[in-house]
Amino acid sequence: MNIPNNELRLYFISITNFFLLQLLRKCLCLPPQRNNAARAQSICKNMLSVKNIVKQYSNHKALDDVSLDINTGSIFGLLGPNGAGKTSLIRIINQITAPDSGQVLLNGEKLNPSHIGMIGYLPEERGLYKKMEIGEQVIYLSQLKGLSKNEAIKRAKYWFEKLEMQSWWNKKVEDLSKGMQQKVQFVATVIHEPSLIILDEPFSGFDPVNADIIKNEIVELNKKGATIIFSTHRMESVEELCDSIVLLHKSKKILEGKVKDIRNSYRNGTFIIQYLSNSTIAEHNEVFTILDSSQNEELKEVRIKLNDQKTTNDALNYLLPQVQILGLAEIVPTIHEIFVHQVKQSN
Amino acid sequence: MHKIFLIIQREYLSRVKKKSFIIMTFVVPLLFIAMYAAIFYMFAKRDDLSDTKNVIVVDENGIFRSKLRNTASLNFSYSKKDISDERMAFLSSEYDYLLYIPATQQGITLLSQRKPSVSSISEIESQLNGINHVQQLLSAGIDTGILNSNKSRLQVNARQLTEAGEEDASSWLASGIGFVAAFLIYMSLFIYGVQVMRGVIEEKTNRIIEVIISSVKPFQLMLGKIIGVGLVGLTQFLLWIILCLSLAGAGGSLLLKNKSFNKQVKIEATNPQGQQIHQTGVDNQGLAILNSLESVPLFYTLSVFLFYFLFGFLLYSSIFAAVGSAVDSETETQQFMLPITMPLIFTFIISINLVINNPESNLSFWLSVIPFTSPIAMMIRVPFGVPVWELALSMCLLVAGFLVITWVAARIYRVGILMYGKKASYRELLKWFMYKE
Repeated sequence: MNIPNNELRLYFISITNFFLLQLLRKCLCLPPQRNNAARAQSICKNMLSVKNIVKQYSNHKALDDVSLDINTGSIFGLLGPNGAGKTSLIRIINQITAPDSGQVLLNGEKLNPSHIGMIGYLPEERGLYKKMEIGEQVIYLSQLKGLSKNEAIKRAKYWFEKLEMQSWWNKKVEDLSKGMQQKVQFVATVIHEPSLIILDEPFSGFDPVNADIIKNEIVELNKKGATIIFSTHRMESVEELCDSIVLLHKSKKILEGKVKDIRNSYRNGTFIIQYLSNSTIAEHNEVFTILDSSQNEELKEVRIKLNDQKTTNDALNYLLPQVQILGLAEIVPTIHEIFVHQVKQSN
Repeated sequence: MHKIFLIIQREYLSRVKKKSFIIMTFVVPLLFIAMYAAIFYMFAKRDDLSDTKNVIVVDENGIFRSKLRNTASLNFSYSKKDISDERMAFLSSEYDYLLYIPATQQGITLLSQRKPSVSSISEIESQLNGINHVQQLLSAGIDTGILNSNKSRLQVNARQLTEAGEEDASSWLASGIGFVAAFLIYMSLFIYGVQVMRGVIEEKTNRIIEVIISSVKPFQLMLGKIIGVGLVGLTQFLLWIILCLSLAGAGGSLLLKNKSFNKQVKIEATNPQGQQIHQTGVDNQGLAILNSLESVPLFYTLSVFLFYFLFGFLLYSSIFAAVGSAVDSETETQQFMLPITMPLIFTFIISINLVINNPESNLSFWLSVIPFTSPIAMMIRVPFGVPVWELALSMCLLVAGFLVITWVAARIYRVGILMYGKKASYRELLKWFMYKE
């Protein structure tokens, strides 16, 4: 072997090494992660502003000019039937995909890779590495979110204790029940203390006891300052937890606002009146029209709709001489009813 | 950042810690050695393993009488009877073959009860020809004593003349090393490539992919997985190399006991005319292998091998990753496997048949510079010696090919991993490739 050849070979190997390093450097170079403490100092009124987002897939539009604002510290409901574009929007917020046009502001800043550590995302399709041990897995996922190894271990231990899952630490995922896996995944979602938590159908797969535990954890996280986005079509949880909602349908926003305001705006003067069943109400009068009525052994129920300009007092004045009233309540449509109504209407 | 390192670490450790890895590393080579040992054993002992055929010879002139040698598979006996008598008796006799040699020696016939084997026929033919040859020489008046002492035992000692001087040019060893290296690359590209693909499919069907890529870029995940699995491959190879070297070292020290003795013999055996007389004997053969091993630069070959394994793997496994991202389960991968397996199988077959016999040809050159085929074809050529510029060109093209292919694969991958329940076709893949970020 002569010497010049060897030198040349070495030279070429080092050149290829150089290019390899360049490539590695390129894909490794993300902007430096800022810590959450520094970020918390610059709190914006809107945690998230979505502005005129359009996302087009090859044969359909997933999002058509969607805008929404989510207040810092609120619990926000992202509602819509299947295929409305919820997941597409969430993926854009998570920077999994990018919109064709429009922009997303997180805490007033344009979305960028440094935001990854601020967001915790629980996808609807849950999944963990089946063959990996639980503890190891939670630590791995939180390290990917930017936690140091020691910090990840400390917080994982805290959460495992809190949700009474210490004994699972060395188990493999495939040995756990589905509900247990969901709990693990919930921990993995919130362990890095994200200021924005996105939960896609968080209660599906949980039994009522565990669903309550998780619900309480969510409320507690919210009280500590986290903004929460719920994506769901389970309306009870929306009414109970959410401050405001957006309803997406066929890739468009068709309704938005505070839960209370929306429900109030759908009031239409219907009431339910209960009275003792030993007497009857005259069918026709000027004050209201009877929508339907029902009765059991002791009491009768009637649903009425007030005529224009009439108040509940007018109705009571009319009724008091006739029957003994047990109760009167306004029927405010539930979000579920509004949802179904809206979706049907736009179909 | 260190996220890609985290992914590499997980991919690497989760595989290396598996029992199957340890089994693969230590048991598979032993199985291979055992398999080849069994093949060689059967090949060496093939005569003992086949049963002996009885041949009755009817020789009208008597020239061949008692001259046909009995072998492990053929046992000759001679008859003085007439051919027509023997032919009558043959079917009911215990003989398998009836060899009839007419007086004219034209139309020699081998009759058999069942179809004769090719090896039996050629054995009989060569013996008859040999005897006939000697007979003719004898009848021309040449002494058989001279004939026997004059058996040719010449051997060509191949030596390569380079600027540095003469060195051993042991082609058979170069072929052997080239073949083994190419075979290992061929196998490992498949084995580790499929591991990458399985890993991608696992993440996709597990649905963990969405969690992961909300933390890292799909490209980082893909690259991390590929590098992680690649390192597993490298680890396995290094363990195998260490295993082999220590085995060879143990074998070498056994041979070394005889080495000093053999060296003396070698010097004495070199006669004044400079002609080396070949020594036969087990010790010397082992020494010859050791000597020729020294003629192939081990470290150089190994590092070239590791380079081609690594980059060949990176190139192919990024296609494997793209395929994995396009399907929902492993059974659907069939249609996309063809473009991966075709060039590999094509190169391997061409290489072990054509390139190995003619490592300097045009075909060899082109196969060993095209990125898809170079990892296998170049490894065949390297032990024979390859010009530096060709090696450099091939390496540069391979690295460039890897960059381009990885870029293409990553564009398909980033879309594919989020697509569920969509039957992917090549057209669909092209569409994914064209998607904007």
